[in-house]
Amino acid sequence: MNGNIPELLPVLPEIVLAIGAMILLMLGVFQGNKSYKQVANLSVLLLAIAALLMFTQVGGERQTTFNGMFVTDAFAVFMKTLTYIGSGVAILLSGKFLTEHKIAKFEFPILIIFATLGMMIMISANNLMSLYIGLELQSLSLYVLAAMNRDRLRSTEAGLKYFVLGALSSGMLLYGISLIYGFAGTTEFDVLATSLRSDGTPAIGIVIGLVFLLAGLAFKISAVPFHMWTPDVYEGSPTPVTAFFAAAPKVAALALLVRVLINGFPGLTHEWQQVIIFISIASMLVGAFVALVQTNIKRLMAYSSIGHIGYALVGLAAGTQGGIEALMVYIAIYLTMTLGAFAAILSMRKPEGMVEDIDDLAGLSQTNKPMAVAIAIFMFSLAGIPLLAGFFGKWYIFLAAVEAGLIPLAIIGFLASVVACYYYLRVIKIMFFDEPTASFDGEHGGAVSFVVGAAAVLNSPVSFLLISPLVAAAAWASGALLF
Amino acid sequence: MFLDSFPMLTLMMLAPIVGSLVILMINHKDQDIADRNIRSVALLTTITVFVMSIFLWVGFDNNTADFQFVEKHDWIGDSISYYIGVDGISVLFVVLTAFLMPIVVLSSWEAIATRVKEYMIAFLILETLMIGVFSALDIFLFYVFFEGGLIPMYLLIGVWGGANRIYASFKFFLYTLLGSVLMLVAVLYMYMQAGTTDIPVLMNYDFAPGVQTWLWLAFFASFAVKMPMWPVHTWLPDAHVQAPTGGSVILAGVLLKMGGYGFLRFSLPMFPDATHEFAWLVFALSIIAIIYTSLVALVQEDIKKLIAYSSVAHMGFVTIGIFVLNPNGIEGAIFTMLSHGVVSGALFLTVGVIYDRLHTREISRYGGLANNMKMYAVIFVLFSMASIGLPGTSGFIGEFLVLNGSFAYNSWIAFFAAFGVILGAAYMLYLVRRLIYGPLDKDDVKAMPDLSLREKIIFAPLVAVVLWMGIYPNSFLDPLHATVENLIETRFSNNVGHAAQDVTPDAAVGR
Repeated sequence: MNGNIPELLPVLPEIVLAIGAMILLMLGVFQGNKSYKQVANLSVLLLAIAALLMFTQVGGERQTTFNGMFVTDAFAVFMKTLTYIGSGVAILLSGKFLTEHKIAKFEFPILIIFATLGMMIMISANNLMSLYIGLELQSLSLYVLAAMNRDRLRSTEAGLKYFVLGALSSGMLLYGISLIYGFAGTTEFDVLATSLRSDGTPAIGIVIGLVFLLAGLAFKISAVPFHMWTPDVYEGSPTPVTAFFAAAPKVAALALLVRVLINGFPGLTHEWQQVIIFISIASMLVGAFVALVQTNIKRLMAYSSIGHIGYALVGLAAGTQGGIEALMVYIAIYLTMTLGAFAAILSMRKPEGMVEDIDDLAGLSQTNKPMAVAIAIFMFSLAGIPLLAGFFGKWYIFLAAVEAGLIPLAIIGFLASVVACYYYLRVIKIMFFDEPTASFDGEHGGAVSFVVGAAAVLNSPVSFLLISPLVAAAAWASGALLF
Repeated sequence: MFLDSFPMLTLMMLAPIVGSLVILMINHKDQDIADRNIRSVALLTTITVFVMSIFLWVGFDNNTADFQFVEKHDWIGDSISYYIGVDGISVLFVVLTAFLMPIVVLSSWEAIATRVKEYMIAFLILETLMIGVFSALDIFLFYVFFEGGLIPMYLLIGVWGGANRIYASFKFFLYTLLGSVLMLVAVLYMYMQAGTTDIPVLMNYDFAPGVQTWLWLAFFASFAVKMPMWPVHTWLPDAHVQAPTGGSVILAGVLLKMGGYGFLRFSLPMFPDATHEFAWLVFALSIIAIIYTSLVALVQEDIKKLIAYSSVAHMGFVTIGIFVLNPNGIEGAIFTMLSHGVVSGALFLTVGVIYDRLHTREISRYGGLANNMKMYAVIFVLFSMASIGLPGTSGFIGEFLVLNGSFAYNSWIAFFAAFGVILGAAYMLYLVRRLIYGPLDKDDVKAMPDLSLREKIIFAPLVAVVLWMGIYPNSFLDPLHATVENLIETRFSNNVGHAAQDVTPDAAVGR
C-alpha cells in the first residue's frame, strides 16, 4: 500500500464502471431522452470494457484491497463474467420494447450499469459492510427499474411492492449483521472465519444473526419463504427488466451468499446448512407446484426461477467444493436458459401489442417454427431433460448432494423436477399440439432474434461440446474459495 | 478384422442426424414434391443405417463376451467419456432398431400427410437415440440417450396422435420420467462410490449388499415403467392407442425393449445379490402381468389396445426369463424381446393398414376381411400365430426357452407362466375371428382394397424374419451364448439354474 491510498488495480473495472456511468449520465442529461440509443450502446460497450479489464488487468489471483473490504479471485471473475453477460444482454433486449412503450429513457441503461456495479461489489465483498453497500446500490437501482413504466399501474405497483419488501429484508439483513458484529466483534469475513473456527461452540447471538442474514439474502435470490414479491414484480415490471431481474441479480446474490457462508462462516457449516437445505427444498417444491396453475408466462417464469434457485442452493447445501462447482455450472446454464426464454417472451407481439398469456403461444410451431423450436429447447432445458444443457446442471448439482450424503435432498429435488416438468411440457404442448391462433407480428427486432438464437444453440445438444470447458472453469473458480 | 477399427456405431448414430439435416434443408414451393423428397431421404437414410447394422452383425464375433466395435473418447472431466460398443446382449437390439426404422418410414408414407418434415426428423433423431441406448458403455451417456428419447416420442404422440393424444403424451412422458429420476439418483450414487461411469467397470464392481438393495430398487423403478410391468403399465395402452402407427411400432418394437435391456445390462451384473433377493418380486409381478393383462386383452374393443395389453403380457415372460438367471431363461428372454419387437411391430402395422382405410380401430366395425382382403388376412393370421407362439414362428422359440428356464428354476413359475400361452391364444384367436372371419356384411368394409404394393413391400421382410427366427433361431441365438454365459458365470456361478443347461436351444427346436 502506498501512503493512505489503497491499491486500486483490483477494483479497476468497478472504478471504470462507476466513472463511465457518471459520464453517460451527463451525456444523457445534456441530450435528453433522444439519446437513449446512444447511451444504451455506450453502456454495453462500457460493460464490455469493464469485463475486458477484469480479464486482462485483474485476473484470477486472489487480491484484497481497501483494508480487506474488497476481494477479487477466480470465483469473482467467474461470477462477474456471468453478471456482465446478464446485464449486457438485458440492455440489448430492451431497446425495441422501451421505444414502443414510450419509456426509452436514457436512465434505463445507466440504472442497469449502477445495478451491475452494485453486483460487482456484492460478488467481491469480503466484509459485511461492503456486502451491504453493494447490495443496496444494486437494490435501489432495481426498485427504480421495476417501476420504470410509471404510467402503468402494474409497473408502479411492482416497484412499490419490491421496494417495501426489499426495505424490510434489508432491515433484517442489517439486524443480523449488527448481531454478528456485536457477538463476534468483527465484520471481516476472514477474521470471522478464524475466530469462529477456534471458538468451539459459537455464541447464540451469532447463530441468530446468521439466520437473519440468511433471511435477508434469501429475499434477494427469491428463495422460499421470502419469494412472495417475485411473481408480482416479474409480472408487473416491463419485460426487459424482468429478464434482467431473472438473470444478473440472481447470479450476484448467489455469489454473495456463497462467499458469506463459505468464507465467513465455515465454522458454522452445520448451522447454516440446515437453513439452506430447508429453503432449497421449499423453493423446489413451491417452484414446482405453484407454477402448475399459472397462465401468465412471466408469472410462470417467476415460479420457475424460484424452483431453479432451489436447485442451485442444493449445491451450496452440500457445502463442499464440488457443490460450489456444481452451483456455478448450474447458474451459468440457468443464465443462458432464462435469458433465452425472456428474449422469446419479448417476441410475443401481436398487432395490438405485447401479449403474455401462455395460450397466446398456441400453434406457434406452425406459424413461426424457429421460434417454437427455440422455446421448446428452453423449456426442455429448464425441465432438465437430457440432450439439453439443463440436464448437465442438474447432474452436477445432485451429484454434489449425493456426495455430501444428502440423498433424500436429491430424491426430493428430482421428484420436484418431474412435477415441474409438467408445466414446461404444457408450454410445448400449446406450441406444438394446439391449433394456431393469430400469429405474432415478428417485428421484435434483431437483438431479440440474436439472443434467442444464440441461447437456443447454447442449450441444444451443442452444449455437449461446451460442457467440458465450463466444468473446468467452474472447478478453477470454486478452488479459489477458501476451504 | 477391419471392421473393428472402423467407427461403425458412431456412423450409425451420425447417419440419421445427417439425414435429418438434409431433410431440414429440403424446401420446394410445391408441398407435395417437398414431402416426397423428404420421405425419400428418410427412407434412404434408414436403409443406409440398416445396411451398416448388417455389417455390424456380420462383423460381430460370437465367440467372445467382450465388448466389440468399441470407441472411447474423453468427454467431461476424467471419468465421463464417450464410450460405446456392443456385446452379445445389445448387438441384436441395434440390428432390430435399424431393421424396423425403414419399415416405419415406409408405413408412414401416406398415413402422415401433415408436417411430414418434422415427423421424419423426429423419427431419425429417435433412431440415433435408440442406437445410442443399446450401445452406450458409459452410464452417463446411457442416461442421456435413454431419457432423451422421451422428447421425440412425446412430440410424435402429441402432434400426430389420435383424439386423446395430449393426455397420452403427457402420461407417457411423466410416467417414464418419474421412474427414471430415481434411477438417476442411483447412478449418481454409483458414480460417487465407484468413481467411474464406465459400465464395464461398474459391471465388475462389488457394491455392498445393503446398498445393492436400494440401487436395485431405483433401477427397477425406471425399467419396470419402461418395460412396462404390472402395475405401472397403464401408460402403455394410452400411448399405443394414441400414437401414429409408426410411433406404435417403434414404441412396441424398440422402446419397450430398453427395460429388459436395462435389467440385463445393469440390474443383473451390477447388483447380483439384490437380484437374488428380489427375484420373487419380479416373478410375482410378471405372473400377475401375464394373467391379468391377458384377461384384460380378452375384453378389449380397440385393436391397438388389445395388442398393447398383449405386449405387457409378453414382457411378463421376458422378466421371468431374465430373473430365473440361467442361460435358457435369459436367452429366451432376449429372443422373446427380439421376436416381440418384430411381431408386435408387424401387428401394429396390420392395424395401421385397415385404419388407413376405415379410420377406426374398433374391432366390431370390421369383420369378414378374409373375403375381400385375402392377402391381408394371410399376413394378419401369420403374425397372430407368431404372437401366440405357434411352432415355426419366432414367438415359439422365445416362449419355449423362457418356460424351459423357469421350469428348471421353479416349476410353479413355469406353471403359472404357461397360462399366458393359453390366454394369449384365446385373445388373439378371438381377435382373428372377429376381424378376419365372420360374415362380410358392412358396406364400407366390403369396399376396402387389399394390400397395395407398398404395403406388401413393408410386410415381406417382416414375414421373412418371423419365419427365419422360428425355423432357424440359431442365427439369433449364437451371438448371445458367450455373453450370457459370461454374465451368469461371473455373477451367478453358484446358481442352481445350471441344471437346465443340458436342454440346449438346438434340442429345443428339434422337438
